[in-house]
Amino acid sequence: MEMPRPNPDVLAKKRNVMTRLQQVLPVDAVIDDPAETRAYECDALTAYRCPPMLAVLPASTQEVSDVLRICHEEGVPVVPRGSGTSLAGGALPTADCVILGIARMKDVLETDYDNRFIRVQTGRTNLSVTGAVEEEDFFYAPDPSSQLACAIAGNIAMNSGGAHCLKYGVTTNNLLGVTMVMMDGSVVEIGGAYLDSGGLDLLGVICGSEGQLGVVTEATLRILRKPEGARPVLMGFDDNEVAGQCVSDIIKSGILPVAIEFMDKLCIQTCENFAQAGYPDCEALLIVEVEGSEAEIDSQLAKIVEIAKRHNPVELRESQSPEESARIWLGRKSAFGAMGQLNDYMCLDGTIPVSALPAVLRRIGELSAEYGLPVGNVFHAGDGNMHPLILFDANKPGDLEKCEAFGAEILKLCVDEGGCLTGEHGVGIEKRDLMHHQYTPADLEAQMVVKDVFDPSWLLNPAKVFPLDVSERRRIAAE
Amino acid sequence: MDPQTEAELAERVAGLQDPVRIVGGGTRGIDGPETELSTRGLSGITLYEPGALTLVAKAGTPVAEIEAALDAEGQQLAFEPMDHRGVLGTRGEPTIGGVVAANISGPRRIHAGACRDFLLGVRFVDGRGQVIKNGGRVMKNVTGYDLVKLMAGSWGTLGVLTEVSLKVLPKPAAVASLSLAISDAATAVSAMSQALRSPYEVNGAAFDPTAQKALFRIEGFADSVAYRTDQLAETLRGFGTLVEEPDAVSTWAEIRDVRAFGQGGGDVWRLSVKPSDAPDIADKAGADQLLFDWGGGLVWLRVPAGTDLRQRLGTYSGHATLVRAERSTIDALGRFQPENAAIAALTQGLRAKFDPRGLFNPGLMR
Repeated sequence: MEMPRPNPDVLAKKRNVMTRLQQVLPVDAVIDDPAETRAYECDALTAYRCPPMLAVLPASTQEVSDVLRICHEEGVPVVPRGSGTSLAGGALPTADCVILGIARMKDVLETDYDNRFIRVQTGRTNLSVTGAVEEEDFFYAPDPSSQLACAIAGNIAMNSGGAHCLKYGVTTNNLLGVTMVMMDGSVVEIGGAYLDSGGLDLLGVICGSEGQLGVVTEATLRILRKPEGARPVLMGFDDNEVAGQCVSDIIKSGILPVAIEFMDKLCIQTCENFAQAGYPDCEALLIVEVEGSEAEIDSQLAKIVEIAKRHNPVELRESQSPEESARIWLGRKSAFGAMGQLNDYMCLDGTIPVSALPAVLRRIGELSAEYGLPVGNVFHAGDGNMHPLILFDANKPGDLEKCEAFGAEILKLCVDEGGCLTGEHGVGIEKRDLMHHQYTPADLEAQMVVKDVFDPSWLLNPAKVFPLDVSERRRIAAE
Repeated sequence: MDPQTEAELAERVAGLQDPVRIVGGGTRGIDGPETELSTRGLSGITLYEPGALTLVAKAGTPVAEIEAALDAEGQQLAFEPMDHRGVLGTRGEPTIGGVVAANISGPRRIHAGACRDFLLGVRFVDGRGQVIKNGGRVMKNVTGYDLVKLMAGSWGTLGVLTEVSLKVLPKPAAVASLSLAISDAATAVSAMSQALRSPYEVNGAAFDPTAQKALFRIEGFADSVAYRTDQLAETLRGFGTLVEEPDAVSTWAEIRDVRAFGQGGGDVWRLSVKPSDAPDIADKAGADQLLFDWGGGLVWLRVPAGTDLRQRLGTYSGHATLVRAERSTIDALGRFQPENAAIAALTQGLRAKFDPRGLFNPGLMR
């Protein structure tokens, strides 16, 4: 993975920049010791590492503003970082950057159940937002697998999704307002505790901009009342195609499950060994979850079971207890961890139209044989968001490169079938150079002019999202 | 100008010398330059996959055509776009491009989301005459910046939409419209908040002070609607007896389209606010007629012609949009809430990039 060469002029002023940052931040909030900056050398895409020049940990919007103003004046690139759980390298540093970690900003600023929102500092973790409103039976809907650790700042940057977004949407559908610090240090307020402001939807374009337009320090989030209950049903099939057809028939029937998850044979076996969830031994497994009162759940599941039966399932099992439901979900949610016990893996995130599922799975199987690397497939079937996990051995020379090439072929396949490179993880560095496959030069230019407006000097997270050759002119001009 | 293909539209835009008014069905009451650039030649559903809940249509496709196609499969546009013809007295056929360009959503917005939340992808022609696509036709897509959201609600000022793809949802099997007799806004908003913070998936909550009724809507399978109706009645018992209204579908269509405002004269404003702020704001406005939707978060006001409502309201958190007025009033007050300097710099910057020659609906959003 190519990254731009560090700017020697920036490296040369490290001392000066550090001194200036120390004037506006507490002494323990400016980190330059290589032993400590190493903690920031990568995110959850651990194959790529690079320690930053400096790391800072501001504790308020004012401190974030001071840091950005100084870096702007000195021409130093800034890489914002939430909890560092990005699977796409969104928080990967360059050697000449300042890492701006938001982890010290965790406060709940306001909860309002009557108006159904919460305002938080964005270093707060996703799950602890729900934790803050649980006593009133509310929750924050987007639920990425990393929700225990990931920060709202990163969720906003990557427009994170989760297993339950078929019903509740992703981050952008649950974000009402932000306080954002621009690269020049100015602070803007966008949106608030009301819906659909007039004017251009700046909130919409900020969400998912991968930390390239500004640093969001506070967010107003929509909170929802928890449903009375939820229960999953497990279905096993002997054929991926039949499972795909079953998903389509459920959706067409008028039922909107809160989640439809799909796992293939390798994932089923691996997760079963890990979580003992009672998964059947078969080619394809679906977990379909519905919500409501007990009677409502019974009635929806009866409809779903009736549809499933038409597709000759080898297993059809409604959860009988909260413990069983938890175990069924534990298996699915630990898929990444369980696969990680088999070998190193690369997790992809391409999305396809649901109708293309059988063709795409068949082709992934063929490619797996060609490359000699096993693949497990686990994904959000209701919305076509795939997560192929390619297993490889990082210690075996050439394996990572082979895995990257295989992954690129899968993602191009997703685009060719009418889908996209990434459904919820973001482009980061990982898919940066594949953007040409999805977008024309004019399409990419239309996105980059947005960054020109928000960050004319291209100092915020500059080497991400756009292919390096495409963004080069702007990044060089900034130096 | 009435181009018949996207390529022709792009060519026309590239050759433009003077600003144009972009028109879909012409039902949203937008003033602007004499010269019209219409999308009505770009019409038709290009893809509809009920099993994937996705529909792609050219921008000039009539909303009615899309709704009929969805209806045949038991599906719908869940954000229930408002029809402006009644309140504005306009004629013509609303188009899907117009709905998206203006980010038009109805009562279900509080539960299902807005038009922008259902918009999966766009194709548009920018001010240089270049065809640009963003997003796609899949439900989850974070590949690059989300220009899809930026285009929704940009009222044509960033580009001319040529094609949109939308997420659609199942049409509910049963609908119940329920009402409480309430005469004041403060009580109504607190009843609506109570309903919306219940787990019974109330997806419409409105208050009509003229009829002295708070209205609630519950949708889904019949047995579930019946169950949740009972539960909601119990939840709201402190506010009175919940009564089932006879014609749920037309009741909510009237609220969605603010039809009652079509009769009276004067200007029509639309306020987006924090629901609990709505009663005070409505008090200050001294309107001739009011309608609260979105649990109080959306307030429709009819005021005497020429009233500067923003000045009357002073400082509050939210946005006031002038929906219906004489052109002189719109010119004087501006259709949209004035932006602070920082936001204005960003939006003007974006407009200058997407439409550098200032060709598209100039002055509409300022």
